Amino acid sequence: MSLTSQLPALQVVVPMLTAPMVMLLRGSSLAWAAATAASVMAFCIAIALTLGVHDAGVLTYAMGGWPAPFGIELRIDAFNVLLLLITTGASSVALLSGRFSLARDLPEDRQPLFYAAWMVALTGLSGIAVTGDAFNVFVFMEISSLAGYILVAAGPDRRALTATIKYLVMGTIGATFYLIGVGLVYMMTGTLNFADMEVRLAEVTDRAPILLAAGFITVGLALKAAVFPLHFWLPNAYHHAPHMVTVFLAACATKVALYVLLRFDFVVFQGNLVGHMAQYAGFLAPLAILGILVGSAIAVVEGHLKRLLAYSSVAQIGYILLGASFGDMAGLSAAFTHMFNHALAKGGLFLVLAAFALRTSGLRLRDVAGLAHRMPLTCAALLILGASLVGIPGTAGFISKWLLLSAAFQQGPLGMVAVVVVVLSSLAAVVYVWKIVEQLYFGEPEDVSDKAATRTQASPFKSEAPAMLLLGIWVVALANIYFGLFPGFTVSLSESAAAGLMSHLP
Amino acid sequence: MEILGLYNYWVFVVLLMIGLYAVIAKPNLMKKLLGLSIFQAAVFLLYITMDKVDGGTAPIIQPGAVDQLYSNPLPQVLILTAIVVGISTIALGLAVVVRIFEAYGTIEDDEIQQADTRE
Amino acid sequence: MTTVNPILVSLLLPLVGALLISMTGRWPNLRETITLVTAVTVAVVVWSLVPEVMAGGRPELQVVHLFGDLQIAFTVEPLGMLFGALAATLWIVNSIYSIGYMRGNNEKKQTRFYVCFAIAIAAALGVAFAGNLLTLFLCYEILTLSTYPLVSHKGDRATVASARVYLGILLGTSIGLLLPAIIWTYLVAGTLTFAPEGILAGHIDGPAVGLLLALFVFGVGKAAVMPVHKWLPAAMVAPTPVSALLHAVAVVKAGVFTITKVIIYVFGVDNLFSEPSSGWLMYAAAFTIIAASVVALRQQNLKRMLAYSTIGQLSYVIMAAALLKPLSEIGAAVHIVAHAFGKITLFFAAGAIYTAAKKTELSQLSGIGARMPWTMAAFTIGALSMIGVPPTGGFVSKWFILAGAFESDNYVAIFTIITSTALNAAYFLPIIFAAWFGREVEGGKDHGEAPWPMVLALSLTALATLGFFFFNQPVLDLESQLVSQLP
Repeated sequence: MSLTSQLPALQVVVPMLTAPMVMLLRGSSLAWAAATAASVMAFCIAIALTLGVHDAGVLTYAMGGWPAPFGIELRIDAFNVLLLLITTGASSVALLSGRFSLARDLPEDRQPLFYAAWMVALTGLSGIAVTGDAFNVFVFMEISSLAGYILVAAGPDRRALTATIKYLVMGTIGATFYLIGVGLVYMMTGTLNFADMEVRLAEVTDRAPILLAAGFITVGLALKAAVFPLHFWLPNAYHHAPHMVTVFLAACATKVALYVLLRFDFVVFQGNLVGHMAQYAGFLAPLAILGILVGSAIAVVEGHLKRLLAYSSVAQIGYILLGASFGDMAGLSAAFTHMFNHALAKGGLFLVLAAFALRTSGLRLRDVAGLAHRMPLTCAALLILGASLVGIPGTAGFISKWLLLSAAFQQGPLGMVAVVVVVLSSLAAVVYVWKIVEQLYFGEPEDVSDKAATRTQASPFKSEAPAMLLLGIWVVALANIYFGLFPGFTVSLSESAAAGLMSHLP
Repeated sequence: MEILGLYNYWVFVVLLMIGLYAVIAKPNLMKKLLGLSIFQAAVFLLYITMDKVDGGTAPIIQPGAVDQLYSNPLPQVLILTAIVVGISTIALGLAVVVRIFEAYGTIEDDEIQQADTRE
Repeated sequence: MTTVNPILVSLLLPLVGALLISMTGRWPNLRETITLVTAVTVAVVVWSLVPEVMAGGRPELQVVHLFGDLQIAFTVEPLGMLFGALAATLWIVNSIYSIGYMRGNNEKKQTRFYVCFAIAIAAALGVAFAGNLLTLFLCYEILTLSTYPLVSHKGDRATVASARVYLGILLGTSIGLLLPAIIWTYLVAGTLTFAPEGILAGHIDGPAVGLLLALFVFGVGKAAVMPVHKWLPAAMVAPTPVSALLHAVAVVKAGVFTITKVIIYVFGVDNLFSEPSSGWLMYAAAFTIIAASVVALRQQNLKRMLAYSTIGQLSYVIMAAALLKPLSEIGAAVHIVAHAFGKITLFFAAGAIYTAAKKTELSQLSGIGARMPWTMAAFTIGALSMIGVPPTGGFVSKWFILAGAFESDNYVAIFTIITSTALNAAYFLPIIFAAWFGREVEGGKDHGEAPWPMVLALSLTALATLGFFFFNQPVLDLESQLVSQLP
């Protein structure tokens, strides 16, 4: 057996084995280096898997040599690699550029433990993305969530703790709901393998437990994915977590939950429940629309930058869900493209905030006034990332907005409502991004020392972000432009991911 | 009669609701976590009851016993994993509660919120 | 030696110039030299395209293929050639003027000013040469964003507030209305590449045409059709060279140019003509012309008055295009040029007056003709062109538009043109009269003409305004291709 065929397992094993190793390492630098190396390696594996999926279509791996449906099967198609790329990419960028930011947020002796938790979170998130087994998803989901709670609790002030407990309670309820749903499906089918469930469900005559299972699973995962109105844990968790953790979680945590939701629904339920598409769309579309509107509206009036972006995330999750709720090829591929592009834009923006936090007393809007004079390069990157979030042409955000609007136009009269909502929220995005930009470039710093620092423009680059962080920010910003001008890769990957899900429709 | 015959599911539902109620309604973080624990325990019961086959015995292969009726072992294995996950969650939750108590001097949700808004 | 595509060169040169300018910010003389050299080179490259287009050629350039039929590509056709050549040529004049203005007023952050200016010109050329709606939209947005730092140049609270209105309306309308319109077009027609007979021809009919047209017209906020005109007066907080080149030529003309292009190449003139639901556009434009003129009449600030005058003149182009007659389409194109020369002269004069005398209000201009004879002479020529008095360029375009209106027996259009001419005269002539024959208010500052680069620039554009009356044949030849393409 060549190493290549082991890649699906290695994707999970590499960070998993790194975790205890990192914990044993003494000295934060060494721990950071090991974690980063593992994360970058995971990213490379994800790229290799992408190439493999591009050639072969679907990669499968029987865990321990037990064939599916008896053993646990790892199953990787275009949708999975999209998730893997987002997850490992976000983790790598955050770790690579986050050394200073994390060193400031955390005491020296805690850092190895923190990086170990990070590795466990990465293990869980990658695990969800590779496995084809419903119970395995639950285990990995809880692994990633438990590690995620630890990462959030590492936040610098005590409110991180209350945010964590809220996150923990909600996350556990969501996971338990999912577990109930899986149990019900198992009761009726006797299998845990997604593909096998689809086949065996067709033979089940009593549909009531299945319907109940669909309900439990959808609500549970919606909680995990922070779908409106189950989003209330998210702004607090993003706000009080260490900045780099926010980068990591914002880019992938909710998207992974959405992935499970869509995979479960399309693979297992859509083909077997008559009229399920109407229930599914009728349930998700209104939530998506409300989420978009409410998230955008709160972001417009919010005065704290991290919370502002967190509420913007609530709206963006709505975009993804809206595309997915159309339940057709165009909608799904728009949703998947947006998963990728939003991770790029939002991850980058949180990186910028991390850079700001190193040089300001806080992240409220008035704290960053006039910062563009002190951090010109960081602020320039924020312009690009903000443009991508708004959906200005030439950036990645434009591509997904285009696809989403096209998909909505094809939905008939109800689609028009979606078009109006997306357009309104884009305008709201203009407002909240511009609010930040205007403060950065034209605001008058309140703080006296900041004011002096702004005025003495002897060397504007002296107070720039650390080189690695700046590099990370610009790599992400340029990636936003690259994927805006050459969207062939993301669009084709999303289309084959969507085609994979659509093939399960009756 | 049929309704009562499914009493194991009723126990599951009642425990689930008790747990969920505690999580939502109790301001005390300890009680919230207790509720969460009950909530999870209910699901464990769901899994354990589903594997029972009438007249089935423990799924252990013994010499001489042919055509033995076994209960399904898989849900038990699954729930063993879920119990481990549940324990870790509660343990982590308790650790966070301890630190909240250190930081705020209280574990009542409303008092914590007041302290936060005062900041 | 491989031939380099002149379109690519003309788009990249200003950007290279911007880069060089930003690097040479410490040496103002070198920086300004680079600006001028870039401007001249760009103009030469753009003009080098003219013979081919005149001969009926359509130079093309494909940059990136996105997905489906979406690509970023450029095609030079007569209308775009005209607009591109106009913007590139006036950039030279405007650069000369900017040097005088920025130095004369000791403006801060001059490097940023020149950099953004160069990027804006690249974007304007991109709009002019765009081969499909997507490319046009891309360049349109870059134009909006790159002009924002120019509008908010002063950086004080009032300026930032005005700049916010500017950006809010332009971005808001383009994302809120134009983008859905483009996507709708793409879904209906299956392509976005401009075609002479109109890409929507045969794909859409009934009231949907009127609705889509409305999305386009109000989505292109730069065309300033009421009620999305508020950004233009707000943009007057910018330094005058910005108002002159961008808010009398590049940006606003990009707006009307886009609408004209949409009418001809997206809807198709014939298609639109046979569709009654599109008739509202002419009336909306007519209303904007009259209303803007009335508002201009009540303005006290010179630049704001000019801004409202611009709003009215832009709607001339739209009304002409909406008449859907060959003569009026030519009139629309010619008016883009004629108004550009006239209005840039007026803004140059306004800036010169501000630099020399620090005067901005109409009431202060009494008797200024004696102190600044060159400037006021140019101002007079520009004003006459706005009214449409021969021998100025404004007369030529008005002639064609009127001819088109008569051709289609459209009495509303005829009435609008005549009324607006009277109104234009009513707000320009008193200023001119007072400037030459009025008595100066006592206690004013003693001043002469503005710095020589400014006077030179405004004299050149005034000459062009006069010259266009006599030498307009090349433009007519170029644009008659537009009409001959029409089936």
